[in-house]
Amino acid sequence: MAGVEDKEIKTRELTINMGPQHPATHGVLRVVLELDGETVLKCTPYVGYLHRGTEKLGENRTYLQALPLTDRLDYISSMCNNIGYCVATEKLFGVEVPERAKYIRTIMAELTRISSHMIGVATHILDIGATTPFLYMFREREWIMDLFEMTCGARLTVSYPRIGGVRNDVSQEFIDSVYEFTEQFPKRIEEYETLIDENRIWLQRTKGIGVISAEEAINWGLTGPTLRGSGVSYDLRKFAPYDAYDKVEFDVPIGKNGDVYDRYKCRMEELRQSNRIIKQCVEQLPRGPVMAPDAPRYTLPPKDRILQDMESMIRQFVLITKGPLAAPEGELYVATEAPKGELGYYFVSDGTGRPYRMRLRSPSFVHVSLLPKLCEGAMIADVIANIGTIDIVLGEVDR
Amino acid sequence: MEPKLLSEAIAQAISERFPDEVKEIREFRGQVSVTVRKERVKEILTYLRSTPQFSFNHLQDVTGVDYLGRKALRFEVVYHLFSISHRHSIRIKAEVGQDDPSIDSVVDIWQGANWPERECYDLMGIRFNGHPDLRRVLLPEDWEGHPLRKDYPLKSDLGERDWKGFKEVVATAQRNRQYEIREVQ
Repeated sequence: MAGVEDKEIKTRELTINMGPQHPATHGVLRVVLELDGETVLKCTPYVGYLHRGTEKLGENRTYLQALPLTDRLDYISSMCNNIGYCVATEKLFGVEVPERAKYIRTIMAELTRISSHMIGVATHILDIGATTPFLYMFREREWIMDLFEMTCGARLTVSYPRIGGVRNDVSQEFIDSVYEFTEQFPKRIEEYETLIDENRIWLQRTKGIGVISAEEAINWGLTGPTLRGSGVSYDLRKFAPYDAYDKVEFDVPIGKNGDVYDRYKCRMEELRQSNRIIKQCVEQLPRGPVMAPDAPRYTLPPKDRILQDMESMIRQFVLITKGPLAAPEGELYVATEAPKGELGYYFVSDGTGRPYRMRLRSPSFVHVSLLPKLCEGAMIADVIANIGTIDIVLGEVDR
Repeated sequence: MEPKLLSEAIAQAISERFPDEVKEIREFRGQVSVTVRKERVKEILTYLRSTPQFSFNHLQDVTGVDYLGRKALRFEVVYHLFSISHRHSIRIKAEVGQDDPSIDSVVDIWQGANWPERECYDLMGIRFNGHPDLRRVLLPEDWEGHPLRKDYPLKSDLGERDWKGFKEVVATAQRNRQYEIREVQ
């Protein structure tokens, strides 16, 4: 050993490139890390690998045609993106949505939130080293995907909500299955928590890591569970209720310490609250139409009507070729609570059938910008925990 | 909870405090937007952030709009402000001319403005003075032009085969052909 002590050990800072192809970056995120041993000195995230120019595309399409583009933003919660788009355009057009459609949308949005939070938490835990919860959570997620498939035929890119309502009514089979889900799901959440909550490795890797105070969190523009983990009760479902959120009871869970563990706790608690909302919606689900009466000017008629009815065919032809009726001139910003945070749509309408400017405010984009603050000064292993905790989807970051 | 103010009242307060700066106040579907000159926009936003009765602590969004040929000053930088403690909101729009598309950065008021401002620079070509790290964010660093401007074409005049990037890919593929493993007959 004496020989080693005599030698002078040279150390130097090391720059490593993490991503864009890395299993723990949840997509194509590239992070350049400057390291001194295991301590991160500087962290620079690079995004844009999935940039498809959604805003530019939206400006060159009619209000109808831009709806499927929103599926591709946060592709694991496409239902919420669609709903956000529809709520914004309905406010622009001044369309009143029927009650039944509002309830169906709320059920769909909360199912999406459950599925999104489960993917977020499951992959987060998987990154840190626990494989089992991932498999358990994907079992329930599969159920939700089946429910979507039952209603609209698609599992991921749904495009189910429409301007003025939803595309088709839900079946009795769907309602029964959703109710069965709400009955069973609380037990399943307990099952996950027995696997995770008291795991010593999980606690050591998450408690006191990536701490951000309430003041800072607001200043950095954080939203959703990432903000609520720091103890700020900002939830657009309560602040600016849309759809049927003002008719159901639910709590907004908040954290205390603002660390990785509290944000995880918030998401788990939100699963319970979402389940509560779905159950109330199924119980209260009113009868009636699922499309607004004046919506024919904005949405396509059902396919079977097009094939049989002349009027419907003409309507479809006009809508496809000319686009929907001109929107009133003006501008508005409408934000909804997507699973990741505040999803805002800002439309500038010049009185034609196409948006003059369509701006998407995605929560993940702002959250990625927080990464240097969380990682610098921390250990390299915590970078993984920090990427998981802000729960980003790169389709939404890059748009 | 602090009392909620109507957006009209906030707009009124801004125009009383900065009478020379406010150009227009407009209302649409219950949302009020205040158009201001760009020179003192940072001062106005600081006022809105720090005055206790407003305390707009949450900057929802920063973005740009290109009004090519429609308005005298071509661009508008739009700030959406929200107060989490008071639950009121307002939209501030600053007009930016084509000759000098630049405006003061608000990153030192809200850190959350950092990346949205970078995006606005990247896609709309508006420079933010005093921004700590004004680089392109979504597009590659060597990209030419700003795609969200209205004079930026949606589709290039060049065909796919004439595009520089396509030619590079073909050249690389041809160069790599020498490393191909051929089966021995």
